Amino acid sequence: MGISVEGANKSFGDFQALDDVSIEVPDGSLTALLGPSGSGKSTLLRAIAGLETLDSGRVLIDGEDVSKKPTQKREVGFVFQHYAAFKHMTVFENVGFGLKIRKWKKEQVRARVHELLNLVQLHGLADRYPSQLSGGQRQRMALARALAVEPQVLLLDEPFGALDAKVRKDLRTWLRRLHEEMNVTTIFVTHDQEEAMDVAGQLVVMNKGRVEQSGSADDLYDKPANEFVMSFVGEVNRLGDNFVRPHDIEVVRDRDDSTEEAMVQRIVALGFEIRVEFVLGDGTEVWAQLTRGELQRLELEEGEIAYLRPVHAKSFNGSAPPDPQGASTPPGPTDGGDAEVSAAA
Amino acid sequence: MSSSVGNHAGGSTTGGWGLRVLGLGYIAVLLVAPLILLFYKTFEEGLAPPFEAITSSDGLHALKLTLITVAIAVPINTVFGIICSLLLVRHKWKGNWLIDAALNLPFAISPVVIGLSLFLLYGKHGWLEPGLAEAGIKVLFSTPGIVLACIFVSVPFVVRETVPVLQEIGTEQEQAAETLGAGPWQTFWRVTLPAIRWGVAYGVVLCTARVLGEFGAVSVVSGNISGETQTLPLFVEKNYQNFNLPGAFGAAVLLALLALAVLMAMNLLKRKEAA
Repeated sequence: MGISVEGANKSFGDFQALDDVSIEVPDGSLTALLGPSGSGKSTLLRAIAGLETLDSGRVLIDGEDVSKKPTQKREVGFVFQHYAAFKHMTVFENVGFGLKIRKWKKEQVRARVHELLNLVQLHGLADRYPSQLSGGQRQRMALARALAVEPQVLLLDEPFGALDAKVRKDLRTWLRRLHEEMNVTTIFVTHDQEEAMDVAGQLVVMNKGRVEQSGSADDLYDKPANEFVMSFVGEVNRLGDNFVRPHDIEVVRDRDDSTEEAMVQRIVALGFEIRVEFVLGDGTEVWAQLTRGELQRLELEEGEIAYLRPVHAKSFNGSAPPDPQGASTPPGPTDGGDAEVSAAA
Repeated sequence: MSSSVGNHAGGSTTGGWGLRVLGLGYIAVLLVAPLILLFYKTFEEGLAPPFEAITSSDGLHALKLTLITVAIAVPINTVFGIICSLLLVRHKWKGNWLIDAALNLPFAISPVVIGLSLFLLYGKHGWLEPGLAEAGIKVLFSTPGIVLACIFVSVPFVVRETVPVLQEIGTEQEQAAETLGAGPWQTFWRVTLPAIRWGVAYGVVLCTARVLGEFGAVSVVSGNISGETQTLPLFVEKNYQNFNLPGAFGAAVLLALLALAVLMAMNLLKRKEAA
């Protein structure tokens, strides 16, 4: 079931949470709403579920305007950041809650609940109370509860936000597989761009109540619509009016017209990846991402001078970005005593 | 880290014991000693005299009237208390401070004043008196007046115990129930009420204890007629005034035991829940 939101507005007092937001979520897709806190992503998700009422605008599920429908009739599965487990019910009763509301027969409920507990790998914990489960288990229980009633769409509000890093990674792989199996249209909210890119096929980047850009992870990364998207979906350096990703900075020991002189401030080894921090002649700080091998070839030391060549730099002022690809000096070992000041801006 | 924990434990053995003795001494002198004396005085001359006083027709009537009052006032205040709590916590509204303030009135105002205000409303020349008289309903000097007075004084208990629990559980569980297809009524019965039940139960216990023991407001509106409009606390007072000490003490012990029984029932339920 496809979901679309048209011209959604929502304010809380003076705060404009949603400012003329329209999105289109294709049937069967897994879409991430990505943005910093206060960007309106959770409000948008809650509006789709009917947990917030829009000041204006429409929500359509499978082409039907559900704006006036109460939550309980929208047939959405919703997973909350803090699980929202029914604390006085066992895992079994939690997962079976929606079925009981729908007046399913006892044996049918039992069969369906066990089917789902198998799916989320919680079989054997049916008689536990939520307080006896770990965070990851609680969230899987919440997911089983949401899926039990076979919702038209599945909405997840920062589902892994309260979990530790290891569990997060496991769960997101698992969510992606689950989505492939179930194929239910899914939207999930996150502020973590890595998580969004890992799990979702389509991303919607939000900021200050507006949609900045939507598209695939590659689209957003390679063709960001503006400075915000560029810096939100990955690391970025600012060079004057241009923006360049740290791995798009080539470091060489010989200067030419396309390079800029810089001094190595700090070299940080993060396993395979090396982060080299530079300071330019005008005081701008820039960092480049190198591999261990590249660093060894360059023989860089802290305090030395090197030359930087930005590749794939972007400018969002309308002017064509300088993209000095092609003629390049292959990086090779030179002595580090070359201290001429480059004239490049 | 471990040494600081050790220091803390050491502190609690010296300073802690001092505090403990002070606290227990306070409770012993002010609360326990009078109660023990009461029990001692009551049974000084055996079980028979207090037993006879309580099982006299006036005594039994007072007990019956007290229990009837509890049976009416407590359920009404429980339902009303839950509704008020939901209003205060779940339906933010500008006028909520007014409800909140009004709910504190019974705590702030002396029960005698409450009794008098009911007198002005329902008594002779009272605002509601003509209409009620026409309908043949007698409020003052009869059971309805006693129940009204008890409801008035015990209104805040359920609300005060339920509001913090409602705030603590938040709205996420209720919203989850909604997304799973539950309507407001189903959400209340299956999710909200079970989640707040211990707060409500504690409020009910306090409310019951208060209604059992209410004296001031009831003494104003009931007329204190033996065998008719006399509750147990009034029975205690009247016997005491008439120098019928076995009767006074017997009824007093009965009241204390009733209150203790309510508290113990509550504790048993709680333990069962925890197990």
